[in-house]
Amino acid sequence: MEDRNNEQLKEAVLRAIDKNAKLSTKDLAIMLGYTEDEVVAAVAEMEADSVICGYPTLINWDKTSRERVTALIEIKVTPQRGQGFDKIAERIYRFDEVESVYLMSGGFDLTVIIDGKSMREVANFVSGKLAPMEAVLSTATHFVLKKYKEHGIPLVSEVEDERMLITP
Amino acid sequence: MRDPLNKIVTEIKPSGIRKFFDIVSEMKDAISLGVGEPDFDTPWHIREEGIYSLEKGRTFYTSNAGLAELKEEICHYLKRRFGLSYNPAKETLVTIGGSEAIDIGLRAMLDPGDEVLIPQPSYVSYLPCVTLAGGVPVVIELKAENEFRLTKQEVLDAVTEKTKVLIMPFPNNPTGSIMTREDLKEIVDVVLEKDLFVISDEIYSELTYGGNHVSIAEFPGMKERTVVINGFSKSYAMTGWRLGYAAGPENVITQMVKIHQFAIMCAPTTSQYAAVEALKNGDNDVQMMRGEYDKRRRYVVNALRGMGLGCFEPMGAFYVFPDIRGTGMTSDEFANRLLQEQKVAVVPGTAFGDCGEGFLRISYAYSIENLKIALGRIENFVKKCR
Repeated sequence: MEDRNNEQLKEAVLRAIDKNAKLSTKDLAIMLGYTEDEVVAAVAEMEADSVICGYPTLINWDKTSRERVTALIEIKVTPQRGQGFDKIAERIYRFDEVESVYLMSGGFDLTVIIDGKSMREVANFVSGKLAPMEAVLSTATHFVLKKYKEHGIPLVSEVEDERMLITP
Repeated sequence: MRDPLNKIVTEIKPSGIRKFFDIVSEMKDAISLGVGEPDFDTPWHIREEGIYSLEKGRTFYTSNAGLAELKEEICHYLKRRFGLSYNPAKETLVTIGGSEAIDIGLRAMLDPGDEVLIPQPSYVSYLPCVTLAGGVPVVIELKAENEFRLTKQEVLDAVTEKTKVLIMPFPNNPTGSIMTREDLKEIVDVVLEKDLFVISDEIYSELTYGGNHVSIAEFPGMKERTVVINGFSKSYAMTGWRLGYAAGPENVITQMVKIHQFAIMCAPTTSQYAAVEALKNGDNDVQMMRGEYDKRRRYVVNALRGMGLGCFEPMGAFYVFPDIRGTGMTSDEFANRLLQEQKVAVVPGTAFGDCGEGFLRISYAYSIENLKIALGRIENFVKKCR
């Protein structure tokens, strides 16, 4: 019973902070109907277990003066004996330029998402670092032209509250 | 020139909400907690179905009582949620929001002089609709100490030989009060004993926290004497689509359809197609919205209690009904001063009946960020008034 309650609390916390990590533990406790101590303990436990791996901020870089390009690269690789895809995936994700790496089913093996200052920087990284790796058979680079929605949140400007101020 | 106006209509008081709305509209930068509709947009798959129906050219009338497919889905819903079995062809009617169903339900049932019991505080349209239908409204003043639930004794005290209909406005707007199965059982006993009919406005049936809504029609002997009114506005965030429905005994529904066919013809076709999608595939949306409201509900109740405004824990709808009697102000004064001094709009409890005096309706159909700012301002105001 105790365990189930804790699991429910953890799930409720995750659902709440998934869209808004800024909520304080005090507010979370009120909103979810637990004590603040319980929420703090649950968050700490999930951080220790790497269930919660970080609290990044969703930034729409297009609205800033900073130039930034995102590229999605499809990679075909040769899996290595005894280690499958993990070893090569690790060699790739250790680069700072690499934002995400996913193992895929289908026509290619790895999806690598790269953030760079410019197309040239991305191109240099792909041709200089990724493509020459022994296990990499081929790469196909796609540049992102516009981001509409990320992490469930639309990046285009939201409409204002158009409801009348008072309704029955 | 003769007076062109009908006396009954001219003597009806305009809605108290309207008066307040006019004041609030003057103030451009006010934050409102005064809205009686969801802040969510209608889920996209439902809107998309409406758009698709337009693209397919489904722009004609439907049959008077509504699309057969929609009535079937409505009956499925009533069956799976409340165990109520209705015949889609004879016992359901699709209306222009729950509001139309209230109006024509009363018109179909009342003879001149019939008395209708209206528990208040409650939605603003019951009383005028009874008057317009030729009935006599009899207000039952719900009490704060009962958490604004209706009790058996209150019904017994109000009932006369002429009483024909009891309106059941739960989950309640503006108090957020609900009736549990035990609460309803007591009322059912009186209804059966006194041979009354019930119009049960269950528009907030999907928005209860901590347990599922119970329909009064579920009790033995009640389906035959209850018109259940529900709709899509609150549960699926579809207020602007104007779509509701009534389910009840065939003899009543048949007469309601008659009024509906002459006055309305049929509910909007686009909305009906969208509503089919809502009932078929909208359960997850309802669950998501209910979860969000529930968090805000706890947050608002906690904040109000923290600033010393008593309020019972509302278990339904999306309103909190705090007690402001300790401030020494009337509801009107409080709401007006709060608006002038802190630019926050809330609705005075009196807009929902005289017995709402001393209370305010605060809607939590707003984002947490919005609620935080508004509640902070209310707290400043309350501190200053102490």
